[in-house]
Amino acid sequence: MKVKGRGVTEGEAEGEVLFSSEPIGFYGAVDIDTGKFIEEGHELEGENIAGKVLVFPRGKGSTVGSYVLYGLAKNGKAPAAIVNEETETIVATGCILGEIPCVDNLEVPLGELVDGKKAFVSADDGKIETKG
Amino acid sequence: MHLTEEEKKMLESDNPAVRKAMKLLVKLGDIYGAEEMVEINSAQASGVSYKSIGDPGLKFLQEFADEGAEVSVPTFANPAGMDLERWEEMDISKEFAEKQNEIIEAMKGMNITIASSCTPYLWSNLPGRNEHVAWAESSAVSFANSVIGARTNREGGPSALAAAITGRTPKHGLHLDKNRNPTHVVEVEADLKNISDFGALGSWVGKKVEDGKPYFVGVTSAGTDELKSLGAAMAASGAVALYFVEGVTVDQRDVSDLERLSFTEGEKEDEYLKLTASEEPELVVFGCPHCSINEIEEISKKLEGRTVTKDLWVFTSKAVKAWSDRMGYTDVIEEAGGKVLSDTCNVVCPIEDMKYESMGTNSGKAANYLPGFCKQDVMFADTTELIDKVVE
Repeated sequence: MKVKGRGVTEGEAEGEVLFSSEPIGFYGAVDIDTGKFIEEGHELEGENIAGKVLVFPRGKGSTVGSYVLYGLAKNGKAPAAIVNEETETIVATGCILGEIPCVDNLEVPLGELVDGKKAFVSADDGKIETKG
Repeated sequence: MHLTEEEKKMLESDNPAVRKAMKLLVKLGDIYGAEEMVEINSAQASGVSYKSIGDPGLKFLQEFADEGAEVSVPTFANPAGMDLERWEEMDISKEFAEKQNEIIEAMKGMNITIASSCTPYLWSNLPGRNEHVAWAESSAVSFANSVIGARTNREGGPSALAAAITGRTPKHGLHLDKNRNPTHVVEVEADLKNISDFGALGSWVGKKVEDGKPYFVGVTSAGTDELKSLGAAMAASGAVALYFVEGVTVDQRDVSDLERLSFTEGEKEDEYLKLTASEEPELVVFGCPHCSINEIEEISKKLEGRTVTKDLWVFTSKAVKAWSDRMGYTDVIEEAGGKVLSDTCNVVCPIEDMKYESMGTNSGKAANYLPGFCKQDVMFADTTELIDKVVE
């Protein structure tokens, strides 16, 4: 499946889709050294976001979330790419600082990106390709 | 977005920090639909307290400084998580103090003035009318837009820093004339007797209008301290970044077609009750936003010759603290058993890790933040009543 969207940042990456229907506030939700999702009660609790194509509606909560995304990138534990319904400033800032490819405004609902499938994300061209 | 030649050069700069800063601003500008950048004359850096930004923030600031980040316009730091000199008296841990000092050093390395205050406009950074700035502390943003008539959006830590480095910010939101008009009329029928009454009004209005731009009528007089209290409370209970007080900050305008709210004595009393969960504060705090010299003088007069039986902290900037020391106000307050602390405040210092469970404040802003950020039961009251609670 090929899907068009808007490239928020730059770069290209490939990874397994990790889907969340809930927004994410990165500060306090993700361990910066391991990429493990630690927020209790969140649907991603226990998952690891490192190297994944992380798909979620939007960021929320503390603006420190930007620094968390940056820190994950520096530790090599950032998501390979981020896909949002609409990227707000906390996630956008984090993706720019951490050089994480980020795409939003897809022409299909986010749920079309199925958990566990391989996806290629090009923020340069604003498109996503899923395989299998 | 249209960029000037100079701005395009910044995107290709040899200095990685300049490159990153410009890239960030262009992307944020795209998200907000800005058509161009605007040059700014000053910036205010938030995200200074280690409590607020933690290790991720510290790491970013250190690496950014190492990459050659340096501010290009006068930039003042927001409060830190402790008094930078008297932190031991605040029961701050050594580990916290070390991390806090590393943040301060990184910011100093970028040539940010370590003012550590939310009130730069009181002593050093007073923009002109319609001047564009990029400020980040919500009460200072409100004061700059509303009282001074300067223009700033509510910046976040990284975006304000990027603006400080490049000397630019994307031109959108409150930088544009079309977004600087009132959205609600607030008829003030209640008698506003002191700064906490202004805080109660602000707390009530912020919840009602959220990120709207209220236009107050019926406020007959309000000075710097009252407006600072009003704006701070609205920016905490809501996200108000611009307000108008008829006859005080603006001349009369035609606001006949706007939604009207009315703030009576009943609403005022109700707001005090809503913001109060304890009548026995273990610690009373003043200075949210940071105290002016007039506020400290008032507190010192009320404490003269009395003894504080609980704890009482007065927060201010280092600049105002120097005047307070010189005028003898600090001695009076500390001889009574209180403390005058600078560089930090009751929201960004780690009060939740200290021995306190209940706090008294005369600030509508602090009364909104302390239960969540600092896990405190709050007593919201005016200065006199709070002092009477904790002195013999």
